[in-house]
Amino acid sequence: MQYLLLIYGNEAAMAAAPKEAAIQMSAAYGAYTEAMKKAGVFLAGERLKPTKIATTVRVAGGKTNVIDGPYADTKEQLGGYYLIEAPDMDAAISWAARCPGAGTGTMEVRPIWPMAEYMPAYTA
Amino acid sequence: MTAGRPDTARAAAEAAARQSYGKLVAYLAARTRDVAGAEDALADAFAAALERWPRTGVPEKPEAWLLAVARRRSIDAVRRRLTSEAGRDHLKLIAEEMEARMTDEDLPDERLRLMFACAHPAIEAGVRAPLILQTVLGFDAATIASAFLVSPATMSQRLVRAKSRIRETSIPFRVPERAELGERLDTVLEAIYAAFAEGWSDPAGTETRGRNLATEGIWLGRLVASLMPDEPEALGLLALMLFAEARRAARRNAAGDYVPLAEQDLALWDDALIDEAEALLRCAAGKGVIGRYQLEAAVQSAHTTRRLTGRTDWMAIRELYDALSVIAGSPVVAINRAVAIAEAEGAAAGLAALYVLGDDKRLDDYQPYWAARAGLLARLGNIPQASEAYDRAIGLERDPAVRRFLQGKRAALRN
Repeated sequence: MQYLLLIYGNEAAMAAAPKEAAIQMSAAYGAYTEAMKKAGVFLAGERLKPTKIATTVRVAGGKTNVIDGPYADTKEQLGGYYLIEAPDMDAAISWAARCPGAGTGTMEVRPIWPMAEYMPAYTA
Repeated sequence: MTAGRPDTARAAAEAAARQSYGKLVAYLAARTRDVAGAEDALADAFAAALERWPRTGVPEKPEAWLLAVARRRSIDAVRRRLTSEAGRDHLKLIAEEMEARMTDEDLPDERLRLMFACAHPAIEAGVRAPLILQTVLGFDAATIASAFLVSPATMSQRLVRAKSRIRETSIPFRVPERAELGERLDTVLEAIYAAFAEGWSDPAGTETRGRNLATEGIWLGRLVASLMPDEPEALGLLALMLFAEARRAARRNAAGDYVPLAEQDLALWDDALIDEAEALLRCAAGKGVIGRYQLEAAVQSAHTTRRLTGRTDWMAIRELYDALSVIAGSPVVAINRAVAIAEAEGAAAGLAALYVLGDDKRLDDYQPYWAARAGLLARLGNIPQASEAYDRAIGLERDPAVRRFLQGKRAALRN
Protein backbone atom coordinates (compact mmCIF):
# COMPACT_ATOMS: atom_id res chain seq x y z
CA MET A 1 0.00 0.00 0.00
CA GLN A 2 1.11 3.54 -0.73
CA TYR A 3 0.60 6.33 1.78
CA LEU A 4 1.12 10.06 1.54
CA LEU A 5 2.54 11.59 4.71
CA LEU A 6 1.68 15.29 4.78
CA ILE A 7 3.79 17.46 7.06
CA TYR A 8 2.04 20.43 8.60
CA GLY A 9 3.93 22.95 10.69
CA ASN A 10 3.96 26.57 11.78
CA GLU A 11 5.91 28.37 9.02
CA ALA A 12 6.37 31.56 11.03
CA ALA A 13 7.79 29.70 14.02
CA MET A 14 10.13 27.74 11.76
CA ALA A 15 11.35 30.89 10.04
CA ALA A 16 12.02 32.46 13.44
CA ALA A 17 13.90 29.44 14.84
CA PRO A 18 17.61 29.90 15.64
CA LYS A 19 20.07 28.83 12.97
CA GLU A 20 21.43 25.85 14.94
CA ALA A 21 17.92 24.48 15.43
CA ALA A 22 17.26 24.80 11.68
CA ILE A 23 20.50 22.98 10.86
CA GLN A 24 19.67 20.23 13.35
CA MET A 25 16.18 19.88 11.86
CA SER A 26 17.54 19.61 8.32
CA ALA A 27 20.05 16.97 9.42
CA ALA A 28 17.26 15.05 11.15
CA TYR A 29 15.19 15.15 7.94
CA GLY A 30 18.22 13.93 5.98
CA ALA A 31 18.66 10.99 8.34
CA TYR A 32 14.92 10.24 8.29
CA THR A 33 14.83 10.20 4.48
CA GLU A 34 17.91 7.97 4.38
CA ALA A 35 16.43 5.54 6.95
CA MET A 36 13.26 5.33 4.83
CA LYS A 37 15.29 4.58 1.71
CA LYS A 38 17.37 1.91 3.47
CA ALA A 39 14.22 0.27 4.83
CA GLY A 40 12.74 0.21 1.31
CA VAL A 41 9.84 2.48 2.26
CA PHE A 42 10.66 5.72 0.45
CA LEU A 43 9.03 6.45 -2.91
CA ALA A 44 9.20 10.24 -3.04
CA GLY A 45 9.38 13.24 -0.76
CA GLU A 46 10.01 16.97 -1.03
CA ARG A 47 9.90 20.15 0.97
CA LEU A 48 7.55 22.90 -0.20
CA LYS A 49 8.36 26.60 -0.38
CA PRO A 50 6.37 28.75 2.10
CA THR A 51 2.67 29.34 1.52
CA LYS A 52 3.12 33.07 0.99
CA ILE A 53 4.34 32.29 -2.53
CA ALA A 54 1.54 29.80 -3.15
CA THR A 55 -1.00 30.60 -5.83
CA THR A 56 -4.57 29.32 -5.87
CA VAL A 57 -6.34 28.62 -9.15
CA ARG A 58 -10.06 28.00 -9.59
CA VAL A 59 -12.37 27.96 -12.58
CA ALA A 60 -15.95 28.96 -11.83
CA GLY A 61 -18.61 29.68 -14.41
CA GLY A 62 -16.07 29.57 -17.19
CA LYS A 63 -14.00 32.23 -15.46
CA THR A 64 -10.55 31.45 -14.14
CA ASN A 65 -9.65 32.95 -10.78
CA VAL A 66 -6.01 33.19 -9.85
CA ILE A 67 -5.43 34.27 -6.25
CA ASP A 68 -2.25 34.92 -4.29
CA GLY A 69 -1.81 32.71 -1.27
CA PRO A 70 -2.67 29.20 -0.10
CA TYR A 71 -6.05 27.48 -0.47
CA ALA A 72 -6.80 27.67 3.25
CA ASP A 73 -5.45 29.94 5.96
CA THR A 74 -4.58 27.53 8.73
CA LYS A 75 -2.55 27.73 11.92
CA GLU A 76 -0.18 25.10 10.54
CA GLN A 77 0.75 24.98 6.88
CA LEU A 78 1.57 22.15 4.53
CA GLY A 79 5.34 22.25 4.33
CA GLY A 80 6.32 18.98 2.70
CA TYR A 81 5.37 15.41 1.99
CA TYR A 82 6.60 11.86 1.72
CA LEU A 83 5.12 9.18 -0.49
CA ILE A 84 5.88 5.79 1.05
CA GLU A 85 5.25 2.11 0.45
CA ALA A 86 4.20 0.39 3.69
CA PRO A 87 2.51 -2.94 4.43
CA ASP A 88 -0.39 -1.34 6.32
CA MET A 89 -1.73 1.74 8.08
CA ASP A 90 -0.01 0.81 11.36
CA ALA A 91 3.38 0.80 9.62
CA ALA A 92 2.57 4.12 7.92
CA ILE A 93 1.66 5.65 11.30
CA SER A 94 4.99 4.44 12.77
CA TRP A 95 6.89 6.16 9.97
CA ALA A 96 4.83 9.33 10.40
CA ALA A 97 5.66 9.33 14.12
CA ARG A 98 9.37 9.18 13.30
CA CYS A 99 9.25 12.23 11.04
CA PRO A 100 11.04 15.17 12.68
CA GLY A 101 8.00 17.27 11.76
CA ALA A 102 5.79 15.13 14.03
CA GLY A 103 7.58 16.61 17.04
CA THR A 104 7.00 20.24 16.01
CA GLY A 105 3.79 20.08 13.99
CA THR A 106 1.22 17.61 12.73
CA MET A 107 1.43 14.68 10.34
CA GLU A 108 -1.51 13.60 8.21
CA VAL A 109 -1.42 10.05 6.86
CA ARG A 110 -3.46 9.52 3.69
CA PRO A 111 -3.72 6.18 1.91
CA ILE A 112 -3.28 6.47 -1.84
CA TRP A 113 -6.43 5.42 -3.70
CA PRO A 114 -5.27 3.30 -6.64
CA MET A 115 -7.33 3.81 -9.77
CA ALA A 116 -7.85 0.03 -10.04
CA GLU A 117 -9.98 0.24 -6.89
CA TYR A 118 -12.46 2.89 -7.98
CA MET A 119 -12.31 2.31 -11.75
CA PRO A 120 -11.69 -1.41 -12.19
CA ALA A 121 -13.06 -1.49 -15.75
CA TYR A 122 -10.86 1.36 -16.89
CA THR A 123 -7.60 -0.20 -15.78
CA ALA A 124 -8.45 -3.81 -16.58
CA MET B 1 3.04 24.88 43.57
CA THR B 2 -0.50 24.41 44.80
CA ALA B 3 -1.35 22.38 41.73
CA GLY B 4 0.25 19.23 43.15
CA ARG B 5 -2.40 18.33 45.69
CA PRO B 6 -5.58 18.60 43.58
CA ASP B 7 -3.79 16.69 40.82
CA THR B 8 -2.95 13.90 43.24
CA ALA B 9 -6.51 13.81 44.53
CA ARG B 10 -7.82 13.75 40.98
CA ALA B 11 -5.49 10.90 40.02
CA ALA B 12 -6.48 8.93 43.13
CA ALA B 13 -10.19 9.41 42.41
CA GLU B 14 -9.71 8.38 38.80
CA ALA B 15 -7.73 5.31 39.85
CA ALA B 16 -10.50 4.34 42.28
CA ALA B 17 -13.12 4.77 39.57
CA ARG B 18 -11.14 2.55 37.20
CA GLN B 19 -10.58 0.01 39.94
CA SER B 20 -14.28 -0.29 40.78
CA TYR B 21 -15.31 -0.20 37.15
CA GLY B 22 -12.87 -2.99 36.26
CA LYS B 23 -14.09 -5.11 39.13
CA LEU B 24 -17.70 -4.75 38.03
CA VAL B 25 -16.95 -5.40 34.36
CA ALA B 26 -14.94 -8.48 35.32
CA TYR B 27 -17.67 -9.69 37.66
CA LEU B 28 -20.36 -9.35 35.00
CA ALA B 29 -18.34 -10.59 32.06
CA ALA B 30 -17.11 -13.63 33.96
CA ARG B 31 -20.74 -14.70 34.29
CA THR B 32 -21.95 -13.91 30.78
CA ARG B 33 -18.79 -13.87 28.64
CA ASP B 34 -20.28 -10.72 27.19
CA VAL B 35 -17.57 -8.11 27.76
CA ALA B 36 -19.17 -5.50 25.52
CA GLY B 37 -22.51 -5.92 27.27
CA ALA B 38 -20.86 -5.49 30.67
CA GLU B 39 -19.09 -2.33 29.51
CA ASP B 40 -22.27 -1.02 28.01
CA ALA B 41 -24.19 -1.54 31.24
CA LEU B 42 -21.65 0.46 33.23
CA ALA B 43 -20.54 3.07 30.69
CA ASP B 44 -22.76 5.94 31.92
CA ALA B 45 -22.07 5.26 35.56
CA PHE B 46 -18.33 5.09 34.93
CA ALA B 47 -18.39 8.39 33.04
CA ALA B 48 -20.31 9.94 35.94
CA ALA B 49 -17.74 8.61 38.43
CA LEU B 50 -14.81 9.96 36.40
CA GLU B 51 -16.51 13.33 36.35
CA ARG B 52 -17.74 13.46 39.95
CA TRP B 53 -15.32 11.59 42.22
CA PRO B 54 -12.38 13.95 41.66
CA ARG B 55 -14.62 16.76 43.03
CA THR B 56 -16.57 14.96 45.74
CA GLY B 57 -14.10 12.28 46.78
CA VAL B 58 -14.46 8.55 46.38
CA PRO B 59 -17.68 7.17 47.92
CA GLU B 60 -17.44 4.71 50.77
CA LYS B 61 -18.67 1.80 48.66
CA PRO B 62 -17.51 2.66 45.16
CA GLU B 63 -18.84 -0.48 43.45
CA ALA B 64 -22.27 -0.03 45.02
CA TRP B 65 -22.27 3.62 43.93
CA LEU B 66 -21.47 2.71 40.31
CA LEU B 67 -24.12 0.03 40.33
CA ALA B 68 -26.78 2.32 41.77
CA VAL B 69 -26.09 4.98 39.14
CA ALA B 70 -26.06 2.38 36.37
CA ARG B 71 -29.47 1.11 37.46
CA ARG B 72 -30.95 4.57 37.85
CA ARG B 73 -29.79 5.60 34.40
CA SER B 74 -31.10 2.48 32.76
CA ILE B 75 -34.53 3.08 34.26
CA ASP B 76 -34.53 6.52 32.72
CA ALA B 77 -36.66 6.28 29.58
CA VAL B 78 -34.19 8.22 27.46
CA ARG B 79 -31.32 6.05 28.57
CA ARG B 80 -33.28 2.90 27.98
CA ARG B 81 -33.07 3.51 24.28
CA LEU B 82 -29.31 4.01 24.50
CA THR B 83 -28.54 1.05 26.71
CA SER B 84 -28.59 -2.22 24.85
CA GLU B 85 -30.65 -5.28 25.70
CA ALA B 86 -27.49 -7.04 26.80
CA GLY B 87 -26.57 -4.14 29.06
CA ARG B 88 -29.97 -4.31 30.81
CA ASP B 89 -29.66 -8.03 31.35
CA HIS B 90 -26.28 -7.46 32.93
CA LEU B 91 -27.61 -4.90 35.32
CA LYS B 92 -30.43 -7.19 36.33
CA LEU B 93 -28.02 -10.00 36.99
CA ILE B 94 -25.57 -8.01 39.03
CA ALA B 95 -28.28 -6.19 40.94
CA GLU B 96 -29.81 -9.43 42.10
CA GLU B 97 -26.49 -10.83 43.20
CA MET B 98 -25.37 -7.59 44.77
CA GLU B 99 -28.55 -7.17 46.74
CA ALA B 100 -28.09 -10.64 48.08
CA ARG B 101 -24.69 -9.62 49.33
CA MET B 102 -25.62 -6.08 50.34
CA THR B 103 -22.00 -5.06 50.66
CA ASP B 104 -19.39 -4.34 48.07
CA GLU B 105 -16.49 -5.72 50.11
CA ASP B 106 -17.80 -9.15 49.30
CA LEU B 107 -17.74 -8.67 45.55
CA PRO B 108 -15.33 -11.35 44.36
CA ASP B 109 -12.40 -10.03 42.36
CA GLU B 110 -12.68 -11.62 38.92
CA ARG B 111 -10.22 -9.32 37.21
CA LEU B 112 -7.54 -12.01 36.98
CA ARG B 113 -9.99 -14.28 35.17
CA LEU B 114 -10.90 -11.42 32.87
CA MET B 115 -7.23 -10.84 32.10
CA PHE B 116 -6.74 -14.50 31.25
CA ALA B 117 -9.69 -14.28 28.86
CA CYS B 118 -8.31 -11.11 27.23
CA ALA B 119 -4.83 -12.64 26.83
CA HIS B 120 -6.15 -15.97 25.59
CA PRO B 121 -4.11 -17.51 22.73
CA ALA B 122 -7.24 -17.34 20.54
CA ILE B 123 -7.13 -13.54 20.77
CA GLU B 124 -4.81 -11.82 18.31
CA ALA B 125 -1.53 -11.10 20.15
CA GLY B 126 -1.43 -7.40 19.29
CA VAL B 127 -4.85 -6.65 20.77
CA ARG B 128 -4.39 -8.45 24.12
CA ALA B 129 -2.77 -5.52 25.93
CA PRO B 130 -5.26 -2.97 24.52
CA LEU B 131 -8.14 -5.26 25.50
CA ILE B 132 -6.92 -5.52 29.09
CA LEU B 133 -6.45 -1.76 29.27
CA GLN B 134 -10.00 -1.24 28.07
CA THR B 135 -11.83 -3.88 30.07
CA VAL B 136 -9.89 -3.86 33.34
CA LEU B 137 -9.07 -0.14 33.44
CA GLY B 138 -11.81 1.40 31.33
CA PHE B 139 -9.61 3.28 28.86
CA ASP B 140 -11.31 4.41 25.68
CA ALA B 141 -10.13 3.23 22.27
CA ALA B 142 -8.73 6.64 21.27
CA THR B 143 -6.43 6.85 24.27
CA ILE B 144 -5.21 3.30 23.74
CA ALA B 145 -4.76 3.93 20.00
CA SER B 146 -2.45 6.89 20.62
CA ALA B 147 -0.30 4.86 22.97
CA PHE B 148 0.02 1.97 20.53
CA LEU B 149 0.47 4.20 17.44
CA VAL B 150 -2.65 2.93 15.70
CA SER B 151 -5.56 4.93 14.29
CA PRO B 152 -8.47 5.23 16.76
CA ALA B 153 -10.93 3.73 14.24
CA THR B 154 -8.68 0.71 13.73
CA MET B 155 -8.12 0.20 17.45
CA SER B 156 -11.83 0.46 18.09
CA GLN B 157 -12.56 -2.18 15.41
CA ARG B 158 -9.93 -4.53 16.79
CA LEU B 159 -11.33 -4.24 20.31
CA VAL B 160 -14.88 -4.88 19.13
CA ARG B 161 -13.73 -7.90 17.13
CA ALA B 162 -11.80 -9.33 20.06
CA LYS B 163 -14.79 -8.98 22.38
CA SER B 164 -17.17 -10.70 20.01
CA ARG B 165 -14.57 -13.44 19.63
CA ILE B 166 -14.56 -13.96 23.39
CA ARG B 167 -18.35 -14.34 23.35
CA GLU B 168 -18.76 -16.32 20.16
CA THR B 169 -15.95 -18.79 20.71
CA SER B 170 -16.75 -19.11 24.41
CA ILE B 171 -13.30 -18.21 25.63
CA PRO B 172 -13.30 -19.27 29.26
CA PHE B 173 -13.04 -16.81 32.15
CA ARG B 174 -10.82 -18.83 34.37
CA VAL B 175 -7.32 -19.06 35.70
CA PRO B 176 -5.83 -22.06 33.86
CA GLU B 177 -4.90 -25.28 35.60
CA ARG B 178 -1.34 -25.70 36.71
CA ALA B 179 -0.37 -27.82 33.68
CA GLU B 180 -1.08 -25.02 31.21
CA LEU B 181 -0.66 -22.09 33.56
CA GLY B 182 2.94 -21.29 32.63
CA GLU B 183 2.28 -20.62 28.98
CA ARG B 184 -1.01 -18.86 29.59
CA LEU B 185 0.41 -16.67 32.33
CA ASP B 186 3.13 -15.67 29.87
CA THR B 187 0.56 -14.14 27.52
CA VAL B 188 -1.00 -12.17 30.40
CA LEU B 189 2.39 -10.92 31.59
CA GLU B 190 3.41 -10.12 28.02
CA ALA B 191 0.31 -8.00 27.55
CA ILE B 192 0.98 -6.12 30.80
CA TYR B 193 4.60 -5.58 29.83
CA ALA B 194 3.51 -4.33 26.40
CA ALA B 195 1.30 -1.72 28.10
CA PHE B 196 4.17 -0.71 30.36
CA ALA B 197 6.66 -0.56 27.49
CA GLU B 198 4.38 1.68 25.43
CA GLY B 199 4.21 4.11 28.32
CA TRP B 200 7.92 3.82 28.93
CA SER B 201 8.90 4.63 25.35
CA ASP B 202 6.30 7.37 25.14
CA PRO B 203 8.17 10.34 23.65
CA ALA B 204 9.44 12.68 26.33
CA GLY B 205 8.43 10.12 28.92
CA THR B 206 5.38 12.16 29.74
CA GLU B 207 1.70 11.51 29.52
CA THR B 208 -0.63 10.10 26.92
CA ARG B 209 -3.78 12.13 27.24
CA GLY B 210 -3.20 12.69 30.91
CA ARG B 211 -2.38 9.09 31.83
CA ASN B 212 0.84 7.22 31.46
CA LEU B 213 0.59 3.60 30.41
CA ALA B 214 3.77 2.74 32.33
CA THR B 215 1.90 3.59 35.53
CA GLU B 216 -1.05 1.47 34.42
CA GLY B 217 1.24 -1.42 33.53
CA ILE B 218 2.72 -1.33 37.01
CA TRP B 219 -0.75 -1.19 38.49
CA LEU B 220 -1.79 -4.30 36.54
CA GLY B 221 1.51 -5.95 37.49
CA ARG B 222 0.78 -5.28 41.16
CA LEU B 223 -2.70 -6.70 40.76
CA VAL B 224 -1.44 -9.95 39.20
CA ALA B 225 1.41 -10.27 41.70
CA SER B 226 -1.01 -9.81 44.59
CA LEU B 227 -3.51 -12.30 43.17
CA MET B 228 -0.81 -14.84 42.24
CA PRO B 229 1.86 -14.32 44.91
CA ASP B 230 3.42 -17.73 44.30
CA GLU B 231 4.17 -17.17 40.62
CA PRO B 232 7.83 -16.17 40.32
CA GLU B 233 7.42 -14.66 36.86
CA ALA B 234 4.54 -12.43 38.00
CA LEU B 235 6.85 -11.13 40.75
CA GLY B 236 9.73 -10.92 38.27
CA LEU B 237 7.72 -8.76 35.86
CA LEU B 238 6.64 -6.39 38.64
CA ALA B 239 10.27 -6.12 39.81
CA LEU B 240 11.41 -5.41 36.23
CA MET B 241 8.86 -2.62 35.80
CA LEU B 242 9.68 -1.08 39.18
CA PHE B 243 13.42 -1.04 38.43
CA ALA B 244 12.71 0.81 35.19
CA GLU B 245 10.19 3.15 36.81
CA ALA B 246 12.72 4.00 39.55
CA ARG B 247 14.88 5.69 36.93
CA ARG B 248 12.11 7.68 35.25
CA ALA B 249 13.13 11.06 36.68
CA ALA B 250 16.77 10.51 35.72
CA ARG B 251 16.01 9.88 32.04
CA ARG B 252 15.85 13.60 31.21
CA ASN B 253 17.86 16.54 32.53
CA ALA B 254 16.46 19.93 33.50
CA ALA B 255 16.63 21.08 29.86
CA GLY B 256 14.56 18.09 28.77
CA ASP B 257 17.52 16.36 27.11
CA TYR B 258 17.91 12.60 27.06
CA VAL B 259 20.36 11.18 29.60
CA PRO B 260 21.71 7.67 28.89
CA LEU B 261 21.74 5.13 31.70
CA ALA B 262 25.52 5.34 32.21
CA GLU B 263 25.35 9.10 32.79
CA GLN B 264 22.24 9.28 34.97
CA ASP B 265 22.37 11.13 38.26
CA LEU B 266 22.05 8.38 40.88
CA ALA B 267 20.44 10.82 43.30
CA LEU B 268 17.43 10.92 40.97
CA TRP B 269 16.84 7.17 41.14
CA ASP B 270 13.94 6.22 43.41
CA ASP B 271 15.55 4.15 46.17
CA ALA B 272 12.24 3.00 47.63
CA LEU B 273 11.12 1.52 44.28
CA ILE B 274 14.50 -0.14 43.79
CA ASP B 275 14.34 -1.68 47.25
CA GLU B 276 10.83 -2.96 46.58
CA ALA B 277 11.98 -4.44 43.28
CA GLU B 278 14.97 -6.13 44.93
CA ALA B 279 12.71 -7.68 47.57
CA LEU B 280 10.32 -8.98 44.88
CA LEU B 281 13.19 -10.43 42.90
CA ARG B 282 14.60 -12.20 45.99
CA CYS B 283 11.16 -13.59 46.76
CA ALA B 284 10.78 -14.83 43.16
CA ALA B 285 14.26 -16.39 43.17
CA GLY B 286 13.33 -18.27 46.34
CA LYS B 287 10.69 -20.18 44.39
CA GLY B 288 13.35 -21.88 42.31
CA VAL B 289 11.89 -21.42 38.81
CA ILE B 290 13.82 -19.05 36.59
CA GLY B 291 12.15 -17.18 33.74
CA ARG B 292 12.45 -14.34 31.29
CA TYR B 293 11.14 -11.57 33.53
CA GLN B 294 13.25 -12.58 36.53
CA LEU B 295 16.35 -12.55 34.32
CA GLU B 296 15.49 -9.15 32.87
CA ALA B 297 14.81 -7.83 36.35
CA ALA B 298 18.17 -9.26 37.47
CA VAL B 299 19.84 -7.27 34.67
CA GLN B 300 18.16 -4.14 36.01
CA SER B 301 19.27 -5.07 39.50
CA ALA B 302 22.87 -5.41 38.29
CA HIS B 303 22.62 -1.93 36.75
CA THR B 304 21.43 -0.46 40.01
CA THR B 305 24.40 -1.83 41.97
CA ARG B 306 26.20 1.22 40.59
CA ARG B 307 24.22 3.04 43.26
CA LEU B 308 26.18 1.18 45.96
CA THR B 309 29.53 0.28 44.38
CA GLY B 310 30.01 3.11 41.88
CA ARG B 311 30.53 0.65 39.03
CA THR B 312 28.36 -1.59 36.86
CA ASP B 313 28.98 -5.32 36.92
CA TRP B 314 29.06 -5.96 33.17
CA MET B 315 30.27 -9.55 33.51
CA ALA B 316 27.16 -10.41 35.51
CA ILE B 317 24.94 -8.58 33.00
CA ARG B 318 26.57 -10.44 30.12
CA GLU B 319 25.91 -13.79 31.81
CA LEU B 320 22.28 -12.85 32.41
CA TYR B 321 21.86 -12.00 28.73
CA ASP B 322 23.52 -15.31 27.81
CA ALA B 323 20.85 -17.06 29.85
CA LEU B 324 18.10 -14.85 28.37
CA SER B 325 19.15 -15.58 24.80
CA VAL B 326 18.77 -19.28 25.59
CA ILE B 327 15.28 -19.14 27.09
CA ALA B 328 13.84 -16.08 25.31
CA GLY B 329 16.09 -15.19 22.40
CA SER B 330 15.09 -12.20 20.26
CA PRO B 331 16.89 -9.47 18.34
CA VAL B 332 16.32 -7.17 21.34
CA VAL B 333 18.07 -9.57 23.70
CA ALA B 334 20.88 -10.12 21.19
CA ILE B 335 21.49 -6.37 20.90
CA ASN B 336 21.59 -5.91 24.67
CA ARG B 337 23.88 -8.91 25.00
CA ALA B 338 26.26 -7.41 22.42
CA VAL B 339 26.37 -4.14 24.37
CA ALA B 340 27.16 -6.06 27.58
CA ILE B 341 29.91 -8.00 25.81
CA ALA B 342 31.38 -4.74 24.54
CA GLU B 343 31.50 -3.39 28.10
CA ALA B 344 32.95 -6.58 29.54
CA GLU B 345 35.38 -7.60 26.79
CA GLY B 346 35.82 -4.62 24.51
CA ALA B 347 34.06 -2.96 21.58
CA ALA B 348 35.42 -5.39 18.95
CA ALA B 349 33.92 -8.41 20.72
CA GLY B 350 30.63 -6.51 21.12
CA LEU B 351 30.53 -5.60 17.45
CA ALA B 352 31.22 -9.20 16.47
CA ALA B 353 28.26 -10.29 18.60
CA LEU B 354 26.11 -7.63 16.91
CA TYR B 355 27.14 -8.72 13.42
CA VAL B 356 25.93 -12.24 14.15
CA LEU B 357 22.44 -10.77 13.74
CA GLY B 358 23.35 -10.33 10.08
CA ASP B 359 20.72 -9.28 7.61
CA ASP B 360 17.62 -9.69 9.74
CA LYS B 361 15.08 -7.52 7.86
CA ARG B 362 13.41 -6.61 11.13
CA LEU B 363 16.50 -4.56 12.00
CA ASP B 364 16.00 -2.21 9.04
CA ASP B 365 13.71 -0.03 11.08
CA TYR B 366 14.84 -0.97 14.60
CA GLN B 367 16.52 2.06 16.13
CA PRO B 368 18.32 0.37 19.10
CA TYR B 369 20.29 -1.85 16.73
CA TRP B 370 21.64 1.12 14.79
CA ALA B 371 22.37 3.16 17.92
CA ALA B 372 24.29 0.24 19.47
CA ARG B 373 26.17 -0.39 16.26
CA ALA B 374 27.06 3.29 15.88
CA GLY B 375 28.35 3.49 19.46
CA LEU B 376 30.59 0.45 19.06
CA LEU B 377 31.94 1.54 15.65
CA ALA B 378 32.71 4.95 17.12
CA ARG B 379 34.68 3.37 19.96
CA LEU B 380 36.70 1.41 17.41
CA GLY B 381 37.46 4.62 15.51
CA ASN B 382 35.54 3.63 12.40
CA ILE B 383 34.16 7.10 11.83
CA PRO B 384 32.54 6.72 8.37
CA GLN B 385 30.57 3.62 9.32
CA ALA B 386 29.74 5.04 12.73
CA SER B 387 28.26 8.19 11.14
CA GLU B 388 26.26 6.10 8.76
CA ALA B 389 24.86 3.99 11.60
CA TYR B 390 24.11 7.12 13.66
CA ASP B 391 22.20 8.49 10.69
CA ARG B 392 20.07 5.36 10.56
CA ALA B 393 19.39 5.61 14.28
CA ILE B 394 18.56 9.32 14.04
CA GLY B 395 16.22 8.72 11.12
CA LEU B 396 14.35 5.98 12.98
CA GLU B 397 13.96 7.76 16.32
CA ARG B 398 10.62 9.32 17.17
CA ASP B 399 11.52 11.00 20.44
CA PRO B 400 12.97 14.47 19.68
CA ALA B 401 15.11 14.40 22.88
CA VAL B 402 16.75 11.10 21.92
CA ARG B 403 17.14 12.34 18.34
CA ARG B 404 19.01 15.42 19.58
CA PHE B 405 21.19 13.19 21.75
CA LEU B 406 22.11 10.96 18.81
CA GLN B 407 22.77 13.97 16.62
CA GLY B 408 25.16 15.25 19.29
CA LYS B 409 26.96 11.92 19.34
CA ARG B 410 27.27 11.94 15.58
CA ALA B 411 28.58 15.51 15.53
CA ALA B 412 31.17 14.60 18.19
CA LEU B 413 32.62 11.90 15.90
CA ARG B 414 34.53 14.46 13.89
CA ASN B 415 36.52 15.63 16.92
